[in-house]
Amino acid sequence: MSEKGWKDLAAGGKITEPGNAAQYKTGDWRTFIPDVDREKCINCLFCYLYCPDMAIEVKEDSTLGEIKLDYCKGCGICSSVCPVKCIEMKKEEK
Amino acid sequence: MNNKLIIKPLTGAAAVSEAMRQIDPDVVAAYPITPQTDIVMKFSQFVNDGKVTTEFVPVESEHSAMSACVGASAAGARAMTATASAGLALMWEILYIAASNRLPIVMPVVNRALSAPINIHCDHSDTMGARDSGWIQIYCESAQEAYDNVIAAMRIAEHEKIMLPVMVCQDGFITSHAMERVDILEDDKVKQFVGELNLPFPLLDTDNPVTYGPLDLFDYYFEHKRQQSEAISHVFEVTDKIYNEFEKISGRKYNRVETYEMEDAETAIVALNSTIGTAKDVVDTLRQKGEKVGLLFPRMFRPFPAEEIAEILARLSAVAVLDRSETFSGTGGPMLADIKSALYEKENKPVILNYIYGLGGREINPAHIEQVFSDLKEVQKGNEVEKLTYLGVRE
Amino acid sequence: MKLNIKDLPKIPERLGPGHRLCSGCGAPIVAKMVLMGTKDPVVVTNATGCLEVATTIFPYTAWKTPFIHSAFENSASTAAGVEAAYQSLKRKGKVKEEVKILAIGGDGGTYDIGLQALSGALERGHDFVYLCYDNGAYMNTGIQRSGATPRGSSTTTSPAGEAVPGKQQFPKDLTAICAAHKVPYVAQGAISNWKDLITKASKAFAVKGPAVLNVLSPCPPGWKHADDLAVEISEIAVNSKIWPLYEIENGQWKITYRPRENKIRPVEDWIKMQGRFRHLSRKENHHIIDEIQQWADENWDRLEKMEKATSNQGDSEEKQK
Repeated sequence: MSEKGWKDLAAGGKITEPGNAAQYKTGDWRTFIPDVDREKCINCLFCYLYCPDMAIEVKEDSTLGEIKLDYCKGCGICSSVCPVKCIEMKKEEK
Repeated sequence: MNNKLIIKPLTGAAAVSEAMRQIDPDVVAAYPITPQTDIVMKFSQFVNDGKVTTEFVPVESEHSAMSACVGASAAGARAMTATASAGLALMWEILYIAASNRLPIVMPVVNRALSAPINIHCDHSDTMGARDSGWIQIYCESAQEAYDNVIAAMRIAEHEKIMLPVMVCQDGFITSHAMERVDILEDDKVKQFVGELNLPFPLLDTDNPVTYGPLDLFDYYFEHKRQQSEAISHVFEVTDKIYNEFEKISGRKYNRVETYEMEDAETAIVALNSTIGTAKDVVDTLRQKGEKVGLLFPRMFRPFPAEEIAEILARLSAVAVLDRSETFSGTGGPMLADIKSALYEKENKPVILNYIYGLGGREINPAHIEQVFSDLKEVQKGNEVEKLTYLGVRE
Repeated sequence: MKLNIKDLPKIPERLGPGHRLCSGCGAPIVAKMVLMGTKDPVVVTNATGCLEVATTIFPYTAWKTPFIHSAFENSASTAAGVEAAYQSLKRKGKVKEEVKILAIGGDGGTYDIGLQALSGALERGHDFVYLCYDNGAYMNTGIQRSGATPRGSSTTTSPAGEAVPGKQQFPKDLTAICAAHKVPYVAQGAISNWKDLITKASKAFAVKGPAVLNVLSPCPPGWKHADDLAVEISEIAVNSKIWPLYEIENGQWKITYRPRENKIRPVEDWIKMQGRFRHLSRKENHHIIDEIQQWADENWDRLEKMEKATSNQGDSEEKQK
């Protein structure tokens, strides 16, 4: 986002575009990357529930969706809460 | 337009609560503090008698009063509170937040000294301290002026070019507790004048979620402050327009800078609030004796109408600035600094005397004002006069 | 209400991605779970603190729901203002829908600097939910001790030194302080027990009048634990009874989760997971662990007693009269 001048900003510092932090990618903070074994996954959705970065999607049919690496900071909580240990945190090659 | 004459005997506090009743704000959040209490008590009675539709929030502190007003105003409500002295001091942090978030809150303030020692009587140290908080400040000589200006302030605050909070100040006890005849407008007329409120980006428009009060770092904070300065630069033109409209419904004309007998004046006193009333009497007496004296009252103190004031004062030979508070800068009162800097660009400048007076409610009577005019006369004669005087203090 | 995890993704996401809280932070998990407690639109007020700062760095906001931050100590009074506006505008027909109001503060903004505003808002009976995400110190300013910091914890203003081994005082009992206001609903929760927490949030949003949720919020840099431990550390806090899960619903105290015998852990297990307690492993400081254990046990006993004493709340209130 280019930095706007004062005439082009909403008055008083209001942000009028909800959730626009999605434009800010926190994925590059990551050292470890979650590697999901989808064969083993039982779709319990704990990883979705516990992801602090809202980086885990759930599909329409309530199964595990995409892991949004744009936001995943690699904390590994998803791996730690997985009851079948199907998420492995691996050192990311950059 | 036909004006039905409604005259009521009201104190300054009661007059303000009457204006609040007629404005009928969506939310009032307030905490009691002497001598503001009469405003809140009377308004509470209006609430509990069903005379207003206001949601009244009897908060546990002034800090919460201003915080609740910020929340209410951001939510899309017309919000008001009232305070004095220590109450205003406790709000300090949130005063800035109200102004910076561009929330048009109107707050009657009953001027009272700040502690310590604790004192419940009038001086202007409370609002003078808050003069740089981003609020618009309007000062009032009488109960009538307080009533009228609270109504006008609502429109100034909510004007789309402004969107800033306004303090409407009157002197503690002297104005707030003294009975006057006050000309009240008809309820409908006030309702029509203030109009329906439609604030932009209300929190309660949940279909269009807005974030208020983000973390603003070196990359944007300055821009948001610049916006505030811009809004302030429109206050005079908007105020003129609204005072004109107000004159149409009330027959009473207000100005950002009020003058009294200034057309041919050679010396003048600059003062705020009730002292102007006392000084008018003295000016009348001196005028009868043929002395060319006048008064200047910066009704609007923030923003400060510097150019206009300089234009009026520059042609005088001597001016006395009466400050009802001390800055402890060692150079005099707060108004002195503004008046002096207003005159800096002028080629001809009057001699300026400063008087710190009336602290903690110390009486200012006609004899004091006469002394000030007599000092100004000495200056005119070319005699040396003290530049800074503590008027009415015992040595 | 039967809570099914598969229904949760259907609830609108109010806090989105792209926020800049630390990796493995407990706060966004707390916030998202509590917000799963209602399908109605929610206006959020947030005290100054980690959650507020990291989610709203201009020009970005991670919030997809109306949000206001005003100052540190006034989340509750800001919410009171929003609620008053809502009541007023709803009465006048200017707002039509049902809107919930959630005030959030960290432990610093709740136990300490915001306690007065919270107390006032609870006493006045505003219809809102107050959420304290309790990470036990002023994390945003650099891990300074607060009224919620556990005894023995090393913080930057109660450092483990040669003479004084970390914070000397036990934390104040915020949950009980809130309950003493006799508001309709007060509860203590933890993210490890997600069904318990989301159910409590649902109850809090559903009641008319004030509700308070005090939720443990692990902090990797403050507690000095690995980034992936927020859930496990919460679980051990609950099972060691240092952070019991209970609620006070219309005056009735209820322990909502009792760890089974084989699940109960000594508080030492919880303490050992965190670097902020590292100095307690020294022999001369071992008594502090014993004292914390005793404190937790006594607290649990008191909860049991409160539960028993209020199990027929209606009767006991009658008797008091």
